[in-house]
Amino acid sequence: MKKTGSEILMESLKQEGVDTVFGYPGGAVLNIYDTLLRYSEELRHILVRHEQAAVHAADGYARSSGKVGVCLVTSGPGATNAVTGIATAFMDSIPLVIFTGQVPTMLIGNDAFQEADIVGITRPCTKHNYLVKDVKDLALIIKQAFHLARTGRPGPILIDLPKDVMADSTEFTYPSKAKMRSYNPTYQGHPGQIRRAVKLIAHAQKPLFYAGGGVILSHASKELTSLAQKFSIPVTTTLMGLGCFPGTDPLFVGMLGMHGTFQANMAISHCDLLIAVGARFDDRVTGKVETFSPRSQKIHIDIDPTSISKNVPVDIPIVGDAKNVLKALLKFFEEEPSPKVTKGREDWLRQIREWEKSSPLTYKSGPCIKPQFVVRKINEITQEITGGNFIITTEVGQNQMWTAQFFTFNQPRTLLTSGGLGTMGYGFPAAIGAQVAFPDKTVIDIAGDGSFQMNIQELATAVQYNLPVKVAVLNNSCLGMVRQWQELFCAERYSQTIFETVPDFVKLAEAYGAVGLRATKPEEVEPVIREALAIRKPVIMDFVVDRNEGVYPMVPAGAGLTEMLLV
Amino acid sequence: MRHVITVLVDNEPGVLSRISGLFSGRGFNIESLNVAETLDPSISRMTLVTRGNEQIIEQIMKQLNKLVNVIKVLDLTGSDYVEREMALITVTAEAASRAEVLRIVEIFRGRVVDVSPKSFTLEITGDEKKIQAVIELLVPFGIVEIVRTGKVAIARGKKDISSPGKDREPKPEI
Repeated sequence: MKKTGSEILMESLKQEGVDTVFGYPGGAVLNIYDTLLRYSEELRHILVRHEQAAVHAADGYARSSGKVGVCLVTSGPGATNAVTGIATAFMDSIPLVIFTGQVPTMLIGNDAFQEADIVGITRPCTKHNYLVKDVKDLALIIKQAFHLARTGRPGPILIDLPKDVMADSTEFTYPSKAKMRSYNPTYQGHPGQIRRAVKLIAHAQKPLFYAGGGVILSHASKELTSLAQKFSIPVTTTLMGLGCFPGTDPLFVGMLGMHGTFQANMAISHCDLLIAVGARFDDRVTGKVETFSPRSQKIHIDIDPTSISKNVPVDIPIVGDAKNVLKALLKFFEEEPSPKVTKGREDWLRQIREWEKSSPLTYKSGPCIKPQFVVRKINEITQEITGGNFIITTEVGQNQMWTAQFFTFNQPRTLLTSGGLGTMGYGFPAAIGAQVAFPDKTVIDIAGDGSFQMNIQELATAVQYNLPVKVAVLNNSCLGMVRQWQELFCAERYSQTIFETVPDFVKLAEAYGAVGLRATKPEEVEPVIREALAIRKPVIMDFVVDRNEGVYPMVPAGAGLTEMLLV
Repeated sequence: MRHVITVLVDNEPGVLSRISGLFSGRGFNIESLNVAETLDPSISRMTLVTRGNEQIIEQIMKQLNKLVNVIKVLDLTGSDYVEREMALITVTAEAASRAEVLRIVEIFRGRVVDVSPKSFTLEITGDEKKIQAVIELLVPFGIVEIVRTGKVAIARGKKDISSPGKDREPKPEI
């Protein structure tokens, strides 16, 4: 039987196991939305209030669940609004399929109403993208898109759907294979390289794991944890890697990089073997490349060959899926008599503990609420009440770094944050997406007043679907991170970083039909958090915090990792 | 160092833009780029000339390989290959200089493809050095217009890059 393009889209989504679509309708997708009504039993559509939020929500859904996130937006402005969300997912390798409406093929290139060359616009920020020109190609393109999104190094795929193509009809059979002659990711590490890596690991005196988001994407936490524990190898993670190794494990040295812990940055600068897994040596991690981990040999495990030796030369590159390679490493060790932990390695662990003791993560208390105190309290209370059954999202800036520093993540996929692109406004819609994926989990967006206002309209979405997302606003009435840079590097000239008006978040929450709570004194923090967590509705917690607080340690941009500014 | 890279790609709209976008977006430079269909109409072959140190060339190769529409990438530099470029040159040639221009064309085994009372249009084929030499010799006569194709290159012997069935190469990281 013949089906229209819109019907083929719905049937294909079902075949891919999609149950939720985040989107926003418009003229070019009118027919698709009309067809969607008939599929509403199987496909839940979440109507957001801005297309950027649709993509962030699908992204939060994908990061928290490991499934492919799906969104549907209209042509022109609908598509361009989605671009920031797409670029965010691209930088963090998140599997998404984004469907955009397009003007009818006859009008493409004619500067038609609500026309944008979205395939051209998103070429550099998608893993791949398609313009469907014939309804006969539609099913195969969707098949390929999902395949590309979730395999290899995952990423967002965009499919542009001209209105007439979606109205056309053809016979529908969903292809069983997405054959692509030019796409063959390498999943298994090279055995010779793995053998060389095993030797280095066995003989290293001061080894260190440097784990990134790739460990989470490839579900390799278990393997990483057993390798580290078996051979007493301490672990530092990137922002994206937080949660891939238990934060409470004594081998965990915290996040590294610009706002990394003292011990992590010291350890990376003094280790003799660095084992990078699913991380890409980005500038916020390495600081000055010339002085990055100068004493170490480096093993780099990554599924994307372009990540290897891009910024930092590597001694043993291993291209492959992190889980497979770590498994292979474990297997090699099992076959050979496992090397005893040498005395040197005990010295190494002791040294790291001493570094930690000399400069632990800390802040000075005062009469007003310290933002770090709020994060610590949320951590304590959430762990206690939910028993680990929570998801934290963050915005970008100080709120994000304090969360990375003062919150303990023991499980993968419990921290959702825009690491690569650093998108303010990400956290709240991502929290909505995570809550849709996990209705029973406690989902908290740790936000700043600046970032939160970038997608604050999504309060309407949270209320409409009764998603009990909690937003903890660390409200300092300014753009804290930029202000901190101005304090340090612009001789305290605060150019355009102070908000002279900030909305009353409590009243705002109420206006949207959510709940608003406020704390202005340290002793009010805990009761507000407890009250918020007990309410099965969206809640905004407005924490009025000390504006002068900065994120420390800090490695100034371009400096070496040991040149940390401490509290 | 200058590298000549051959790329087999899906013959689809937008592929050229993916390649050129990759180079501009990542700050790699392209000295010349040449594309045309192969015997298999679903595949195009590009010849790219670029410059960079070893690390940059490695990144270029890897980044090209990463594009979904790229089937195969091969760096010809360092191997045995033939490289050619064609130039069409319109040069001023009046009574006094016509014979001299023709002699130059003959020496370089070029051809005259158009004649007017005051000029010749010449076709010159060869490697970069030869084209450069001809241009230098013709400049004193007055070059009116010049157009060059950019390089095309092919490996010597039976080395065959154009069968897409095999795995993409090279995998420099292992």
